Amino acid sequence: MFRFLVRRTIGALVILLIVSAITFWLFYAVPRDPAMMSCGKNCTPASLAQIRHNLGIDHPIPVQYWYWLKGIFVGREYSGFGHCNAPCLGYSFANNEPVFGTIMDRLPLTLSLAFGSAVIFLIFGVGTGMIAALKQGKFLDKFATSASLLGSSLQIYFVGYIALYFLTFKLGILDQPSYTPLTDNPVQWFSGLLLPWIVLSIIFTANYTRMARSQLVEQLSEDYVRTARAKGLSRANVFLRFAWRGAMGPIVTVFGIDLGTLIGGAIITEQVFSLQGIGRLSVISVIQSDLPMLLGVTVLSAAAIVFFNIFVDAAYAFIDPRIRLA
Amino acid sequence: MTPPTPSAAPLEVTDESAEKSITSPDSKAGESRSPGQLAWRRFKRDRTGVISAIVVIFFFAIALAAPLISKLYGKDPYTTYASQDPSLLDAFSYPAGANGGMSSQFWFGIEPQLGRDVFTFLIYGIRTSLGIALAATLITTAVGVVVGVAAGYVGGKTDYIVGRIIDIVLSIPSTLFIIAFMPVVFGLFVAADDNIPTWLRATALILMMSLFGWASIARLLRGQVLGLREREFVEAAKVTGASPARIVFKELLPNLWTPILIQSTLLLPAFVTSEAGFAFLGVGMIDPTPDWGVMIQRGAQFYTQDFTFMLFPGLAMVIFVLAFNLLGDSARDALDPKSKR
Repeated sequence: MFRFLVRRTIGALVILLIVSAITFWLFYAVPRDPAMMSCGKNCTPASLAQIRHNLGIDHPIPVQYWYWLKGIFVGREYSGFGHCNAPCLGYSFANNEPVFGTIMDRLPLTLSLAFGSAVIFLIFGVGTGMIAALKQGKFLDKFATSASLLGSSLQIYFVGYIALYFLTFKLGILDQPSYTPLTDNPVQWFSGLLLPWIVLSIIFTANYTRMARSQLVEQLSEDYVRTARAKGLSRANVFLRFAWRGAMGPIVTVFGIDLGTLIGGAIITEQVFSLQGIGRLSVISVIQSDLPMLLGVTVLSAAAIVFFNIFVDAAYAFIDPRIRLA
Repeated sequence: MTPPTPSAAPLEVTDESAEKSITSPDSKAGESRSPGQLAWRRFKRDRTGVISAIVVIFFFAIALAAPLISKLYGKDPYTTYASQDPSLLDAFSYPAGANGGMSSQFWFGIEPQLGRDVFTFLIYGIRTSLGIALAATLITTAVGVVVGVAAGYVGGKTDYIVGRIIDIVLSIPSTLFIIAFMPVVFGLFVAADDNIPTWLRATALILMMSLFGWASIARLLRGQVLGLREREFVEAAKVTGASPARIVFKELLPNLWTPILIQSTLLLPAFVTSEAGFAFLGVGMIDPTPDWGVMIQRGAQFYTQDFTFMLFPGLAMVIFVLAFNLLGDSARDALDPKSKR
């Protein structure tokens, strides 16, 4: 297990290094010159060179990348802007703030959004899928299957506004989405995020219902389930400890991917509900051409995806003892 | 809310009857059917599948015939009708009539503020979105198939390198990357502050979506080819001296059409929704190009005042995606009768 984790972590770091290098190269190889943009109309060559130096883009790209990498571990000095402390992912000139600090400010919201909705869609999605698989062919199953088919055809940018219009604007049942830190006021934290959680969960719940149902239906028709029943084990025991255990694997895999993506920013959800999380940060950075910020967000999202992949593979070994981690 | 019920019952019945009819004596004895014909027969008996196919074809027909429809209807998606007839909008620039200004003249109402015709904007929007999604699907599938089959068939070092590239592509947060790189791609072709032509936006979107889409198909097909490569019929072909091209095209590909078709039916609705998502975020197609996502983005600006405007593109998209998903499921059942959903 330990060896597995070390090996996969090194692999993940290599992938992150490559992803960040690609991102870096693509961003800074663009003909769009950030120095020109901030220099303005009356731009003398001398002041342009000064701005270049201040932005840290007066070196060849590989050298710039090296400085960027070094900054993550030892921090970096931006002349004319200030010092950027040790985990320095760069300096956002549009915000006049280190990238890492801004991301850390926005992260709690995105984490709340991701984990909150994950709790809802796991419980409801998997629960409904289990019931549907148990009541196969009955009314409940057909209803769950149809509802989940409809649910997975919905889009956040449509359902979100429907929910906002009816629940918040017309009926006033739910609060206008907002974010209050959990530590400040748990009640407000909950009520402010309830609508985004529900909307984000609708679509995911549908997918998990479909997945859990089809996996369970497949497992329930396996020979080992019949054998277990024939041995005289109770229906509940067979369902939970045999069939469900076999069905869990693919669900855990998809869950890991989904969670990684969500932490990288539920971009559209945050846009619909005007929540200032990582996703909205990236959209705003695009509008402001804030390349250092975009680079930071991209690397963070890639890190979330890569590390959740490791988490999934490790979880797999617990679920399915046939898989050996080497 | 009554969700459309794609009940499982007719599916099961059709499956049985289809199998019966295949073996039943009344299907002319001695007449042999190709797997494609069998799949087509199974599909025709699947009522949900046929209905959803009709809906999907209807959408594509609208998209293709959009110029014709708008000619017959007498309006286009660009003219601001409110500037010709100010009585269409009220003092706050919202449609004067009820239900977003729906009337016999403007079937789906008129757009708030600018006063364009919603109906033609929607059909042209469907045209743009479906065109982009279709192109992205074709490119993604083609690249995915070529890379996947090549990696699986050649094996060895090629396979290893392709595998690692796929790993990297799949670990890149694609939505974020596309959002971040759309301005970069434009920067490569157009000087800053210049207007970006519509065709460039569309092409960039198609290429970016394909760039991150091919990897999963390639990985899937690579696995399939690895399995097929060791089968007897491939070995037999090799022994008889068939060229690699012949083995790939005549022995391997015919066995891969089913997964390829299934994957592309999954891709198309996904591309439609993400294309609209990018437009919604303001990084894909932009106003005044008619587009599904542009409409939703416009609708989002005044959904509290004029909800009807939001409803048309939103519902149309839900219907299309739902029908396409159902069609995909039916196609899967027809092509691969062993699979159980």
